[in-house]
This record gives sequence, C-alpha cells and structure tokens, in this order.
Amino acid sequence: MENFTPISAIIGGVLIGLSSTLFLWLNGRIAGISGIAGELDSLDRNEITWRLLFLSGLIGGVAIYRTAGGTLQDIEIVSSIPVLISAGLMTGLGTRMGNGCTSGHGICGLARLSPRSFVAVSIFLGIAVITFFLTRHGSGGL
Amino acid sequence: MKRYLAALLSGLLFGLGLGVSEMVNPQKVLGFLDVSGSWDPSLMLVLGAGLFVTIVTFRPITRMAKPVFDVDFSLPTSTAIDIKLIGGAILFGIGWGLVGYCPGPAIASLAYGEIESGIFLGAMFIGLYADRLYRRPTTII
Repeated sequence: MENFTPISAIIGGVLIGLSSTLFLWLNGRIAGISGIAGELDSLDRNEITWRLLFLSGLIGGVAIYRTAGGTLQDIEIVSSIPVLISAGLMTGLGTRMGNGCTSGHGICGLARLSPRSFVAVSIFLGIAVITFFLTRHGSGGL
Repeated sequence: MKRYLAALLSGLLFGLGLGVSEMVNPQKVLGFLDVSGSWDPSLMLVLGAGLFVTIVTFRPITRMAKPVFDVDFSLPTSTAIDIKLIGGAILFGIGWGLVGYCPGPAIASLAYGEIESGIFLGAMFIGLYADRLYRRPTTII
C-alpha cells in the first residue's frame, strides 16, 4: 500500500461530493459525467450550453490544479492503441446502456439509495477488478 | 445565465476533485483494481468521501419544491434492473479495468494533453453516441 494517498483522496472526494451537491441544489440535476457528455447532440441550445460548460469546468478544474502546482504533474497511460480504442468503445457503450458511470451511479445514485445504482456499481467495480486481474496481473501490462 | 454559471462551477469543483485525488491518472485507478498486488485503496476513499457528502446533502435538497435555478428537478425515474443495466455495467467494467479510465477522468485528463487520452476519448464518444444508429431522436423542442 505504498502508493496510498489517504489525505488527498479524502479532499478530492469531498470536492466531488460538493460538486454533485451544488449541481443538484442549484440546477436540480445529477452530476453524472457519461449522461452529461452523452447528450451533446440535443436540439435544445440551452441543453448543449450547460453540458459544454460543465465539461469545460471539468477540464479547467484539472488545469487549475496543475497550474497551482498540484502534486501530480504527469499522468501515465501504458495501454496500447488497440486496447485504448476497444476500452474506450466499451466504456462509452456500457455507460450509455447502463445509464451511468462512477459519478452518476456511484456518487449520486448510491446517495439516492437507487437499487439500479447499487447493482450497477457492484457489477462494474467487480468486473473491473476481474478484468485487471486477468489482463495485467503478473504479466506487466496489456 | 445563472444555470450556466452553476454548471461551470460544478464542473470546476469536480475537475479539482479529480486532480487533487489523482483520479485523472489511470495508474492511480489501476492501483486500486490491483487487489491481489500492491493495492492502493485511494479510489475507495475518494468514492467514500464523495458519497459521505452526497448522502448527507441529497435528502434535504430533493425535499425542496424545486432547485434554486430551475423549475424542477431532473432525476432518473427508472427502477428496472434489466439486461441493459447489467450488460452496460459489465461492458463499462471491462473498459475501466483495461485502461483505468472512467468517463469523468478521461475527459478531465484532456488538461494533460496526452495523445493516449485523446484516442481513448474519441472511442468513448463513438460508444456514447452509438445508440443514435438505431434510436430515433427523442426530444424535439
């Protein structure tokens, strides 16, 4: 557990929780990223605008963190291009089919005690652990 | 206008949270999935701390007559635990376990300008919009 960073994890988690709180309180919506990113072709211009603003904020927040000298100055992606493409496709398809990802089902859905979210989170977390075990463990990477 | 600002501010807070907790780094996420190796429980704390906040705040908020800047709450109403939900969660779990990106961090990592994030994101957006091939437009305003 030498990479465990409990303090920054808690602070980051609280920030994400506050973001979801603020969004529900002010705009009455679930801060679910796959849902927000998955309806950018709406015919209603207001819909597209707030969605794009939320996503710009998402990228901007990380940019601010970096400029402010956050501890993580580089990210590391070791997957090959075919793996990146297939995983990206599955992530997009899967979160649309299941109506949510870690944020919508995890942070928001579980707080609403939604049975659908309990099922979804248990499955995607479990499958992710198994997938990692089968593809990475001991083999050094895929 | 207020609604737009609220969306931007919520996004910013979310992005800051992903940065501070290092969830934008797939290696950090994969460290959590590696339960049988050098396990890094950070992701569990991020989820736990986030949930701790929302569990406290969501109940009083949803009891309000309406949100501050909108006429009504837009909350999911479906309760069906069907093959779509389960199949979707399985697909997403595989994708997540392969690379270590879920949608939020994948989009937020654009701030790092890595080509690999761009490739993942491109594929993810194709996946997000693939249902347009067979689904007819639902909202016409």
